[in-house]
Amino acid sequence: MSKVIKILGTGCPKCKSMTNVVKDVVKEHNIDATIDKVEDIMEIMKFNIMTTPALVIDDVVTIKGRVPSKDEVLKLLN
Amino acid sequence: MFNWLQHFADWFIYSVLSIGAETHLGVALNFFVYDTLKILILLFVIVFIMGIVNAYFPIERLKDYLNKKKLYGLEYFFSSIFGAITPFCSCSSVPLFIGFVQGGIPLGVTFSFLITSPLVNEVAVAMFIGMFGVKATLIYVASGILLGTIGGWLLGKFNLEPLLSDWVKQILENKMQQAQFEEEHKTFYQRLPEITNGAWDIVKSVLLYVIIGIAIGAAMHGYVPENFFSAYLGGGEWWTVPIAVLVAVPMYANAAGIVPVIQVFVAKGVPLGTAIAFMMATVGLSIPEATLLKKVMSLKLIAIFFGVITLCIILSGYVFNILL
Repeated sequence: MSKVIKILGTGCPKCKSMTNVVKDVVKEHNIDATIDKVEDIMEIMKFNIMTTPALVIDDVVTIKGRVPSKDEVLKLLN
Repeated sequence: MFNWLQHFADWFIYSVLSIGAETHLGVALNFFVYDTLKILILLFVIVFIMGIVNAYFPIERLKDYLNKKKLYGLEYFFSSIFGAITPFCSCSSVPLFIGFVQGGIPLGVTFSFLITSPLVNEVAVAMFIGMFGVKATLIYVASGILLGTIGGWLLGKFNLEPLLSDWVKQILENKMQQAQFEEEHKTFYQRLPEITNGAWDIVKSVLLYVIIGIAIGAAMHGYVPENFFSAYLGGGEWWTVPIAVLVAVPMYANAAGIVPVIQVFVAKGVPLGTAIAFMMATVGLSIPEATLLKKVMSLKLIAIFFGVITLCIILSGYVFNILL
């Protein structure tokens, strides 16, 4: 089943590097997933987080406030 | 502590590049190489230490602490300290603000956090130690925390809740269920790579500002005449502090870029208090910050917030000039 990945962040440098990490992992491992960047603060706050960037996989917040490594993202997606 | 670096800079500029120690260029380059290396080492060490601290005191836990403990007025002080130890990214200020308010923390206490967070952070501390030494750094940190405490307490005296944006008020009314914070159980060694990477990321992200700041500083060292600023800014007249602060409020520069520049101000005769007030107004208040806050509060509230903080910074500038 296709996964829905959301990256929450208002556009700071860290949010961009998280997006790149996630995109790379999805591409390298041919993971069936859609990546959605959520930049609207009102949308972001619905996820009840206090630090950006945050990684949301199928509506579950998995990482917040830091940039994960590729291995970490891969594990979370499997 | 940094003697070996000075030796390295001397050797590199005077021997390897064979630029004379008596030339303007030689002096400026030596200053630049020495300062840049020193600052980068300090920056990495301090960012790394703060990374360890933050791994053990995540923001959610701090919020819970502020919320659950009865602190009898000390909550402003604690909130301000938490603002100092957590890393600051301007893009996180809005989510943090909402998270705090939503978690039931009074607006004034939230402001304490919001005021201190950009003022006192690992980058500012590293730059300050490198440029002004430990004593001035301690004064800067203490006054940043005090400023947040007093500013937040003052703002807490007004009835500001009605001035929040409508959607924030809605969130408050709905009292959305708070996600419980689950702690990650990891050993220190498991966290270490993550902390090291985080520290590198922060150093990398400010590297350019550090180099530009030091380059401007080095150039000013060489070419701005002695006592040039004191002729305009440093005579100690009462109006110099408010002017320095008012000029700095709309501007934004991060601590990494501004400290080397104000170091030159001080070297050329501006009183340290005036320089620190200038710096606080630059990093703490700015138009970009106001634009971000516009999403969660009305213009009136932003104006009150900026007004109170500006006043506090001006007062602290006077206090410094008397004390230092």
